[in-house]
Amino acid sequence: MELRKSYFADERKDDLHEIGQSRPRSDAPGHVTGKTVYFADRTFPDLLHLKMVRSPHHHANIRSIDTSEAEKHPGVIRVLTAKDVPHNVYTILILIQVGPEDETVLADKKVSWKGEAVVAVVATSERAAQEAAAKVKVDYEVLPAVFDVLEALEPGAVQVNEHHPGNYYHYDSGDHRKVRFGDIEAGFAMADHILEETYSSSPIEQAPTETTGCIVAPEGNDRFTCYTNTQAMFFTLDNASIILQMPGHKLHMVGGTVGGGFGGKVDVIVEPIAILAAKLTGRPVSFIYSREEEMQISSPRAAEKIIIRDGVMDDGRLVARQVTGYTDAGAYSRHSPYGAQKGAAHYPGPYTVPNVWIDTYCVYTNRTPSSAMRGFGVTIADFALEVQMDKLARLIGMDPLEFRFINAYRDGDMKAHRQPTEGAALIECMQEAARVSNWPVAQKYLDMSSRTREA
Amino acid sequence: MARVPVQFRLNGEDRAEFVESGTTLLHALRDTMGDISPKGGCHQGTCGACSVIVDGELRLSCLTLAESCEGAAIETTAGLGRDGVLYPVQRAILDGFATQCGFCTPGMVMAAKALLDHTPNPTREDVIEAISGNICRCTGYEPIINAVLAAARSNSQNAG
Repeated sequence: MELRKSYFADERKDDLHEIGQSRPRSDAPGHVTGKTVYFADRTFPDLLHLKMVRSPHHHANIRSIDTSEAEKHPGVIRVLTAKDVPHNVYTILILIQVGPEDETVLADKKVSWKGEAVVAVVATSERAAQEAAAKVKVDYEVLPAVFDVLEALEPGAVQVNEHHPGNYYHYDSGDHRKVRFGDIEAGFAMADHILEETYSSSPIEQAPTETTGCIVAPEGNDRFTCYTNTQAMFFTLDNASIILQMPGHKLHMVGGTVGGGFGGKVDVIVEPIAILAAKLTGRPVSFIYSREEEMQISSPRAAEKIIIRDGVMDDGRLVARQVTGYTDAGAYSRHSPYGAQKGAAHYPGPYTVPNVWIDTYCVYTNRTPSSAMRGFGVTIADFALEVQMDKLARLIGMDPLEFRFINAYRDGDMKAHRQPTEGAALIECMQEAARVSNWPVAQKYLDMSSRTREA
Repeated sequence: MARVPVQFRLNGEDRAEFVESGTTLLHALRDTMGDISPKGGCHQGTCGACSVIVDGELRLSCLTLAESCEGAAIETTAGLGRDGVLYPVQRAILDGFATQCGFCTPGMVMAAKALLDHTPNPTREDVIEAISGNICRCTGYEPIINAVLAAARSNSQNAG
């Protein structure tokens, strides 16, 4: 990497020797003494608690909602339904022009997954809110549901989300993301072996030890301070601003220490409704997921189905790779269209393959909406790709690491999405890995370099 | 809801509060006694983030009624490392990079303290057993186990 040493030259010290030095974490003294303040460590007088009434069905029309009994329950201050939310339909990435808005803050006509928020109950204690929530009567007309990405894409499948006809996300490139490079037909025609395998994964819950939540305090003058454990402060601020139809300067987001997140706290789910509750009651409001909600309601890593077809030569050269990837977004987009798109860019792997054809679909089903989790879109892809690489090596009777040396990209190689490779160090990393793990590879692989392709 | 008086020693200080009957020790400490060091991660006795020491025994404060602690001596992480000197487990976790988000750390510290109070020279297996009720989702258990063992070594050096 070229360092731009002219930038801030007068402010920069060149005698930095950080590598190999231990530096204490700045937040560790607070952690070990129990003094670190997480959002729920603040106390507020007259604090109210919000509990959500959730759909018990995977897919259902809402015929009617009766909150009268809940409103009479001792301790209940306010019951919120869809009509209380100024802009009830949203999507998180609309801020970066990824639309359409496809998810309701509180469901009004229909629920599309089991656990979807329908009514918010605000009461003087958690217990009162919970008891009152149980008294809300929602009349559902249960609809058939779809839980499999391939079934969801079949003609005549149950329609999950009215904003996504056909149950797929519509990119500007069409119903899927594509990468086209070389001539895939010619690649497979010349291959000595072709291996097609299907890989699939389940949703994975991030399970942070601190559950998702926020506490909102009205500051007077129609301003609100929201103490939250979000991992995405400005997504939260801007989405809350859109949903509540309030200018951002009236919303003061206070983040800070997050008690684990792993991507699970990137969505904007608890803050807008809690701010609305604080606005409508004039009192501080706490909305914190129970452990059960965290495990069942918060968006997990998407389930994926990945079909990889590779053409390989007897000498170990990958000559063709065709991948079809399906990302199960669940009922709403959240971050999944982006995850599926990342997959498209990632499926060639860190390998130079001359003929590549990739299609990735973001598919809607009646499952819990999936979203961000540590490298979403590429983590399962890597699992599938590397298992596939091992299988390919076995197929041609080659050592799996040597097989990777042959195909690893080098400086100057053109990637499938037409970005030339620069600053590669994969060969050197694998050489070091071979050394430290005592994995024997032939000398010719130890003589390779990422700087040049040897033949 | 009826409020009941409860008195106990919290980190060496006599404390008396009125709490709603049925209040957990976790809520009493955090909401009325101003000790935020025990954390509520699951409220069902599985994550260990709320661990405190009651009369010398490690307890899950989310499953302990405040009323049942009448007259007890309760220790929490907030009571350790006063006057700027860290308790050895705290120091070892700090030095050993055994904390990331920090949410499980106070519970881990108490689990380790309960172990070292009873077993000053634990084996690695003793440490694993002692913290087995405490879930950590980011640091990973190896640095924590190593930190507890390091704290035990520093204790025995100081004692020697």
